[in-house]
Amino acid sequence: MTRKQRRLYIVGGFMLIFAAAAALVLMAFEENIVFFYSPSELARKSAEQPIPPDRRLRIGGLVEEGSVQRDADGVTITFRVTDKVDVLPVRFRGLLPDLFREGQGIVAEGSLATNGTFVATEVLAKHDETYMPKEVAEALKKAGQWQGKEE
Amino acid sequence: MSLHYFANPTRFTRLAGRIQPWAGGLAALLLAVGFYLALIVVPADYQQGDTVRIMFVHVPSAWMAMFCYIFLAVASAVALIWKHPLADLAAKASAPIGAGFTFLALVTGSLWGKPMWGAWWVWDARLTSVLILFFLYLGYMALWQSIEDGQKAAKAAAVLALVGAINVPIIKFSVDWWNTLHQPASVLRMDGPAIHPSMLWPLLIMALAFKVYFVALLLARMRMELNLRRIRALRLAERSS
Amino acid sequence: MEGMGQFFAMGGYAGYVWPAFAIVLVVMAALWFISDRGWRKSEQTLAALRKNRRQRESDAE
Repeated sequence: MTRKQRRLYIVGGFMLIFAAAAALVLMAFEENIVFFYSPSELARKSAEQPIPPDRRLRIGGLVEEGSVQRDADGVTITFRVTDKVDVLPVRFRGLLPDLFREGQGIVAEGSLATNGTFVATEVLAKHDETYMPKEVAEALKKAGQWQGKEE
Repeated sequence: MSLHYFANPTRFTRLAGRIQPWAGGLAALLLAVGFYLALIVVPADYQQGDTVRIMFVHVPSAWMAMFCYIFLAVASAVALIWKHPLADLAAKASAPIGAGFTFLALVTGSLWGKPMWGAWWVWDARLTSVLILFFLYLGYMALWQSIEDGQKAAKAAAVLALVGAINVPIIKFSVDWWNTLHQPASVLRMDGPAIHPSMLWPLLIMALAFKVYFVALLLARMRMELNLRRIRALRLAERSS
Repeated sequence: MEGMGQFFAMGGYAGYVWPAFAIVLVVMAALWFISDRGWRKSEQTLAALRKNRRQRESDAE
């Protein structure tokens, strides 16, 4: 074959090998790459191996409708996070992001208490990828075509 | 292959010199239109309010950050495999532009993330891989600077560019492969754009503006790199005579 | 008109929206300025080198 062809195969070969190596590394480090666990992923993990209460981790999901409650102290807030399969109760004391509301996606960092409640030290909002003007959203809601997207 | 037509540096310089002013003017015009649309015409988002305007600079910057790297990697491959005389110059010229756009993607993303997510920065797969992209650009430019011999520098830089290319699909699919805080794609996705047309068109105009700006800047930098190569050759010839 | 005030306030997010657009303008302008000046300087240097070379060649004759 020509020298050009040989260079092509060498470069191509190295790229493939490197891609395979990268894929293996990423799979091995999956747990560190994942930014949060959904409630059902968390349930699956604790079933495999119980999660100690001092282990810091992040959970994510939608704030379950009707689950947001403020404690008697007026600062602590409790709500439930759902991924439509499993539900996880969360307790948080601190500043909530602007976008926080029922039906909104959130990611919380904290630890799992022994009673199964997730005690959060930080709550972030996770919004979806849809963009539209307010009027369009209103019109969709009125027409009953609002597909349960977060508000 | 038509690329070889432009292998002649003189021909390239002449053509580049003619295209560049038009590209620059068009870029300035499209940018002005894009800024006007993004800041004044586009309505506030139902969910994100006026912060959605940041999307019109953040998304095109991120697109260009990846596009420039793909350009750089392809040019590097062409230089290594086909030994096209202008390919490594094209790669070298595009690196600072890509680094600039990556920086802008990170900073505008941060300014958007703080009000909407509640955090300036998180180490999720999307943000981390884009930060790695930024370091790749810097490393690539540093490699060119640090090796005296132009041909050896070109080869080393090309190898780094190709090794780093694995990062591009990782960036793109990070939001699909792993749980991330960053949301999934809004435009380039299976079900079509998730952006309302009143917002999509200004976004595409801004994206085009950034692309044309890249072309104008690339041509200027390639002509500069060509001159620097000729200068080095002349000085080398003088020293040996 | 109060529309202007609303425009600059950006729904309360002015501190995020304006700096974002400003930094984009600044970086893109700076990159263009540096590249353009780099090119001009290289043209000058090259022209000077070629002129010197031609002078030396004609002196040598």
